[in-house]
Amino acid sequence: MAETHSLQDMRQQAAVAAKVFIQRDYTNGTVCQFQTKFPSDLETRIDKQQFEETVRTLNNLYAEAEKLGSQSYIEGCLACLTAYTVFLCMETHYEKVLKKIAKFVQEQNDKIYAPRGLLLTDPIERGLRVIEVTIFEDRSLTR
Amino acid sequence: MMKNCEYQQIDPRALAVSPSSAQNHTEKKARRPRRKWEAFPGKNRFFCNGRIILARQSGVLPLTLGLIVVTCGLFFAFDCPFLVDHLTVFIPVIGGVLFVFVVISLLRTSFTDPGILPRATPDEAADIEKQIDTSGSSTYRPPPRTKEILINQQVVKLKYCFTCKMFRPPRTSHCSLCDNCVERFDHHCPWVGNCVGKRNYRFFYSFIISLSFLTSFIFGCVITHITLLIIEMLSFLDSSSCTVVELVICFFSIWSILGLSGFHTYLVASNLTTNEDIKGSWSSKRGSDDSGNPYSYNSIITNCCVTLCGPMPPSLIDRRGFLPPNEAVPAASVSEIELPPFVAKNDAHMCTQSTKDVLERVVHSSDFHGLCPPSTPKTTPLGPEIFSIAAPSTEPSPSAGCTRQHAHQSAATTCPLFTKSSKRDSLHSINPAFRLASPSPSLSRVTLILGDAPDIGFIPLP
Repeated sequence: MAETHSLQDMRQQAAVAAKVFIQRDYTNGTVCQFQTKFPSDLETRIDKQQFEETVRTLNNLYAEAEKLGSQSYIEGCLACLTAYTVFLCMETHYEKVLKKIAKFVQEQNDKIYAPRGLLLTDPIERGLRVIEVTIFEDRSLTR
Repeated sequence: MMKNCEYQQIDPRALAVSPSSAQNHTEKKARRPRRKWEAFPGKNRFFCNGRIILARQSGVLPLTLGLIVVTCGLFFAFDCPFLVDHLTVFIPVIGGVLFVFVVISLLRTSFTDPGILPRATPDEAADIEKQIDTSGSSTYRPPPRTKEILINQQVVKLKYCFTCKMFRPPRTSHCSLCDNCVERFDHHCPWVGNCVGKRNYRFFYSFIISLSFLTSFIFGCVITHITLLIIEMLSFLDSSSCTVVELVICFFSIWSILGLSGFHTYLVASNLTTNEDIKGSWSSKRGSDDSGNPYSYNSIITNCCVTLCGPMPPSLIDRRGFLPPNEAVPAASVSEIELPPFVAKNDAHMCTQSTKDVLERVVHSSDFHGLCPPSTPKTTPLGPEIFSIAAPSTEPSPSAGCTRQHAHQSAATTCPLFTKSSKRDSLHSINPAFRLASPSPSLSRVTLILGDAPDIGFIPLP
């Protein structure tokens, strides 16, 4: 195969050095919150403030999704009255916020994490259990 | 401040595709992309290309549906004409509305994902193993796999799930019938053929409440019908044999259904699950409102609203998503074999490095040697099993539904047969010894990598 410096080659050379998992924080019950403690493995790669800001924003977004406000009650009552068939046509509030979160994670990856050789995985892909941060090897690419 | 890496920016979107796909791309085009439900490790069945999920043992669901449909059919055919003549036309209308509501709630309960937690990826599992080993307490016994956390100033113990390889979130329990961890696990209901958990509890509750109304309504109508017949002194035996059938069915179901509805209303009002109530996790020593339950909002209305009208959580298992190409390998993922197929898939893809680390630690740790007789170093692959034996055994979650019924003297009819089979199943799937009893080829590949270990052979367990 001819030697190309395409993105695919870079991907193949970008070996995964380690993965860091940010676990859930259950001190407030079963709501979806992640620990904001800065993992030591990331110390060399990213600014602590930056990282904690990302996690805090994620936590706020999840809190918004699970908020018990009038909107969620109205949605719940309407669903109950229609024997929950309304969910077949309408997107729930939670799903709308999840889309927002996916966009946010992608944006963070593009702007902040990818330039530093890191990759954030959207927690929904891990069952909302962990935020997986993949650390790529800091290898210089020969051209 | 930022370290000057000679690292070029990688497009994260491109990274979502695995490196090997570049080579296998043309091959994969020929092979149909598989959806995640086809490789789902739990004991579930899927229909409509992953849209509908059911437990593998559908239990008594056909019977439930049959009873409801037959009773209502008889009601509409035999009682309604008489009652429309003698009373009002609204009787079949109300009956019809209730019937539709009951059937829809039942189907939603049965076909919805109850809140299944996807199993930990191999990397996550390895990370958790690392944390457990380095958390101190290296005594002569392997460390118990529990973690204590504070929730609302209350100490809650999180247990480690050996099947799903993670610490279970609070209120989560592993159902051995479905072989899944389910969030806010209530019980596994054989009548509905599915677990009842966070995502389908409201459907289950509306099912039993509407069924209570329907049963009471039909019972009332039938009593009225028979009374009117006696008053009018019409021939009692001819036209009302079906009415008597309905009477009998309703009479027996009313006690159980009403009792069940009352019990679940109590649970909803105090934000408890059947599982927690049975185990007495938050048994209050003080007043009823201020019980030790850390999840309760200490207000009946708030608890009801939260449980029944709260935001609808999403399904975490992404049934209809496509498998990434390098995971479309597993051989026996959808077959009916008894051993959890996840083990075969897991071994094939487990990071060799992390497996090697785990196994090496087991071989070299003093815990292991202290615990096992000298001949057992050969059984290195059984290392993880030692932890499971030492750890407290998992709770019998599937029998919770039935023991609850016994305890509260609601229906006593359904459970004895079910409990026996569930205990057998729970032994079968929870005990990792069963998983390791048949040599999986990939595990033996991994053991060959451990150059320093002696002849490792599998000792088949009884």
